[in-house]
Amino acid sequence: MLLFWPVAIPFMTAVLTMLAWRSLRLQRAISVTGGVLLLASAIAIMAAVAENGPVAAQAGGWPAPFGITMVADWLSAVMVLITGIMAVATLVYGLADVTAAEERQGHHPLTHGMLAGICGAFLTGDIFNMYVWFEVMLMSSFVLLALGGEKKQMMGALQYVALNLISSIVFLSALGLLYGLVGSLNMADVAVRLPQAQNDGLVAAICSLLALAFGIKAAVFPVYVWLPSSYHTPPTIVSALFAGLLTKVGVYALIRSQVLFFDVSTPWMRLILLAVGILTMVFGVMGAVAQGGFRRVLSFHIVSQIGYMILGLAWMTPMALAATVFYVLHHILVKTNLFFIAGIARRHCHTEELSRMGGLYARYPGLALLFLIPAMSLAGLPPLSGFWAKLFILKAGVDLESWWPVVAALVVGFFTLFSMLKLWNEAFWKSPPEELPDKPDPAIGRQRWRVIPVVMLAGGTVAFGVFAGPVLDFSLEAAKELLNPQIYVDAVLGDRS
Amino acid sequence: MEILLALLIGILTAAGAYLIMSGRTLPYLFGLIMISNAANLVIFTAGRLTFGRPPLVPPGEDSVSGVANALPQALILTAIVIGFGLLVFALALAFRSYYVLRTIEMDDMRAAEPVEGGK
Repeated sequence: MLLFWPVAIPFMTAVLTMLAWRSLRLQRAISVTGGVLLLASAIAIMAAVAENGPVAAQAGGWPAPFGITMVADWLSAVMVLITGIMAVATLVYGLADVTAAEERQGHHPLTHGMLAGICGAFLTGDIFNMYVWFEVMLMSSFVLLALGGEKKQMMGALQYVALNLISSIVFLSALGLLYGLVGSLNMADVAVRLPQAQNDGLVAAICSLLALAFGIKAAVFPVYVWLPSSYHTPPTIVSALFAGLLTKVGVYALIRSQVLFFDVSTPWMRLILLAVGILTMVFGVMGAVAQGGFRRVLSFHIVSQIGYMILGLAWMTPMALAATVFYVLHHILVKTNLFFIAGIARRHCHTEELSRMGGLYARYPGLALLFLIPAMSLAGLPPLSGFWAKLFILKAGVDLESWWPVVAALVVGFFTLFSMLKLWNEAFWKSPPEELPDKPDPAIGRQRWRVIPVVMLAGGTVAFGVFAGPVLDFSLEAAKELLNPQIYVDAVLGDRS
Repeated sequence: MEILLALLIGILTAAGAYLIMSGRTLPYLFGLIMISNAANLVIFTAGRLTFGRPPLVPPGEDSVSGVANALPQALILTAIVIGFGLLVFALALAFRSYYVLRTIEMDDMRAAEPVEGGK
């Protein structure tokens, strides 16, 4: 029963906020309460997994592999946990940042619909069910992105919708072929049956199609273009939530499908992933260096950081996978926070164009300090979380003597630092341009609701860096479990495997 | 029968891809509809094709073999419903964007990614 809560709670919250349509105050209260309950259920799942190992639940009492299974192993549990944390942080930030007009258009129900989709995708043990959760998540995100209907939002939304629909179709075709080949959609059952399938060509096709579908969601090279052209267009809170969580659902699905289904059967996929990882890093960071808008720089950095995660997956040693898990967690924390800060800076400067920003350090030194923590963490300066994340990836690469990716990762790290310094110089350090008004945007609202989540996430980043050892042990545990699919299979199918 | 369906899937995908590459929003979506129907047919074919043999277990027996699998057909229903919802939204979005931007040429849509130097 426990495993259904992270899906049921956001759905209930979405319904309740719709029932409270007339009272924005009530909607806000329900929305934040729903977020806190989601976090509580995620903590309960994490505790259960930490105590007993992977847990599975069968919907409607249908025994696996016939019904829909929900599974939480270490990876799923920790992804749901971080989703809960981000949900609470964004919802609190939203108390100040979401305008009444957006709330009247259904901001709260949509946000919770998306959270339900994300948690469902992390927890499901059935690959067709994962498709459904993807669509739940996509549908809400489409509407959230287009809500407000500004010109640039329409264009961003069109690109986002166009590419993500293709990804859904590819995913669906792969499922059709997979079912035709092995006759099952339960992920554990597929993991058992696929290695016995005597059809290398079809397995290769399924593997490539799934990798393409999840690659589009994860925004890897060469199918990342939808991300930088849409993520800077919606309101701050929406793009912060997207930036932290949506691409990571793609990364999660990529990890899960590769290690569970294709670990043995398609070794060539790892070479492709390695190349994709390097190119994603390089193209992402090059895009970021060339950009002139605060959130556009950050959007390109999402792409480049995804590259590091893909590298870890491509190497597929315990250390590399642990580094990927570590990287995902670190990145969600840091990137969401940077988008939060970009939102505050935008309210103070009335613009997101770096050339017309400036002087934030002189006027708001506290904000500048809060920016430096996640920015330097993203760039990989010790002792913050990003340094350890990059170090673990590099260590995994050096252990394998896989030099090209290691060199690429180091160079990309340097450029990341460079473009974070550019943000610092342009928005915070340089003197403000003449026309910049003294007063912040009147829509700034109650600033404390913005600052609380930013401070908490920055604190989390520091803690993540200081306690990197325990987090790494934890990630190694998750990696060990990923590399031994039998544990997952046993948890779902029990004795019948 | 399989060959016929395979050809149909191929033609749908090719026509869809052609439309998608036209660079306009509305043909793009029509292309997407074709490809998504091709994907549905892929699932349909995966569930075995038989003529006039309903997948019913005869009385007195435990199982039946040589008939079409009913599960992929149920999956297609789900996929059609979801795809329908998404495409309706996409069409509404395309209409709305035409209303706001007064163009369906994707190359003219630069507000989210301004050309260097600004227009």
